Amino acid sequence: MVDEILNVENLNTRYGSIRAIRRVGLTVKAGEIVCLIGPNGAGKTTLLATVAGLLNPVLGRVVFNAKDITGWSPDRVLRSGLSLVPEHRRIFGNFTVRENLLVGGVTQSPEHRENLLDEMLTLFPVLKEKLSTPAGYLSGGEAQQLAIGRALMSNPNMLLMDEPSLGLAPVLVDVVFDLILKLRDTGRTLLVVEQNAQRILDVADRAYVMRSGKIVVEGAASELAGREDLFDTYLGGSGVAA
Amino acid sequence: MMELIQQIVDGLGRGSIYALLALGIAVIFGVMHLVNFAHGELITVSAYTSYWLLTSGFDWWLVTLAIILVAALTSVVIEFVAFRWVRGAPDFTMLMTSFGVHFLVQALFVMYVSANFRQFSRPDWIFDTWKIGAISLEIYDLAVIATTLITLLCTYWLLQHTMFGISLRAAAEDFDAARLMGIRSNRVIRGAFFLSGLLAGVAAVFWLMRSGQAGPIAGLNPMLKGVLAALIGGLGSLSGAVLGGFVLGLVEVLLIARLPTEIVGLTDGIVFVLIALLFVFRPQGLITVQHVERV
Repeated sequence: MVDEILNVENLNTRYGSIRAIRRVGLTVKAGEIVCLIGPNGAGKTTLLATVAGLLNPVLGRVVFNAKDITGWSPDRVLRSGLSLVPEHRRIFGNFTVRENLLVGGVTQSPEHRENLLDEMLTLFPVLKEKLSTPAGYLSGGEAQQLAIGRALMSNPNMLLMDEPSLGLAPVLVDVVFDLILKLRDTGRTLLVVEQNAQRILDVADRAYVMRSGKIVVEGAASELAGREDLFDTYLGGSGVAA
Repeated sequence: MMELIQQIVDGLGRGSIYALLALGIAVIFGVMHLVNFAHGELITVSAYTSYWLLTSGFDWWLVTLAIILVAALTSVVIEFVAFRWVRGAPDFTMLMTSFGVHFLVQALFVMYVSANFRQFSRPDWIFDTWKIGAISLEIYDLAVIATTLITLLCTYWLLQHTMFGISLRAAAEDFDAARLMGIRSNRVIRGAFFLSGLLAGVAAVFWLMRSGQAGPIAGLNPMLKGVLAALIGGLGSLSGAVLGGFVLGLVEVLLIARLPTEIVGLTDGIVFVLIALLFVFRPQGLITVQHVERV
């Protein structure tokens, strides 16, 4: 389909001798929020890491914006317009907030980088007050906003987000989900791995459920949100993966 | 008291060279988690460059530039020829590779040049002294300290205020995260080796001015001092490496000056015992590195 921005076909990735994901296929259309849910160890993070270029697949293809990006290095994937907000944020704790954002814009021209920096500070006002603060001193919510802002500094077409609400207080989880919606409103496409299945299904357009390295269920998020059996069978009943 | 001041200046002069070498080693360790035992080969190659240029009639000012340039380029070539192929391999593999480069370069000079040391002329001014009252300071020491301070300030500015520096520090803090930001691993590692080579080149200029000789193992002693200084400071810490260099230089000079003549030959041994004691009480070195810094 023409409006498919990301197409993952028959992807297989190994961690040593363990096959972490098997024959995974998914598509994301431009402007969509697609979520990937499933229990711990299902292979969700591995899938994102493979798409982002951190891991090399043993089989299969990743097509982004009609280009085969399979096996590309992470910096090349990023330059193609696909940016990952990694699990646990992985912000540079010894850097100031400003330096973290600047690193995110390393692929941009100096003028564009400054413009993007201004945009990020408008989008994340809390960061504006802490520009000179070492990122290691930020609260969980601030750090997550910084991680997202840093990823947006490369001006990507699509954002991959790995567990954006992990470890956040409930009030901050609301901030993150509001932000996901706001990002969609700015025309960005999102593929989100999230442990809080119920919350992400409320904001996503479509969803994939992974288990033991495979995609076991897929469909419209609104439809999956109403399926009690899905939570009982794959997500431990609560909608929040253990 | 005057004697102590003189010894401190002497120690800072010696420590300056160690600090530059240690800083280069720490930069590489930061991005690759590699303790580069081939760092001394930059001094060896610089020494032969000096020998060939000086015996061909070039003066020291030109040789100084040549040494710095040759050290930086040699560092990049070593990365390209040896370390690129083991990038991402276990630390032990990279360590063995650095030993391999060390012995290979040494053997090449023995086979194709000579196993013997070759002497070259040293600039006359390095023996001049500057008298301030009862204190007699060597111009050489003052030049080393001043040059090192300028070099360290330039390096600090580069690391703090340029995108290259920010990229290098990001790669040192979390290499995968840096790659996810679009930082090119080849470029940042090549840049780290170039910077490390430049620092070694500045150190080599002063080391060779003093030693006035080139030989296959000319780089061994400076390499060991650089590695030791980096360890003392806390491997992976750039400021620690600089501090370690100055501490090592000062301790060496003070020991040489104060030990009884009959045991002054034990200076290096005593330094190692002191370092061992330091690691008993502070295994992380003088400065604690907060993050695992590797590529």
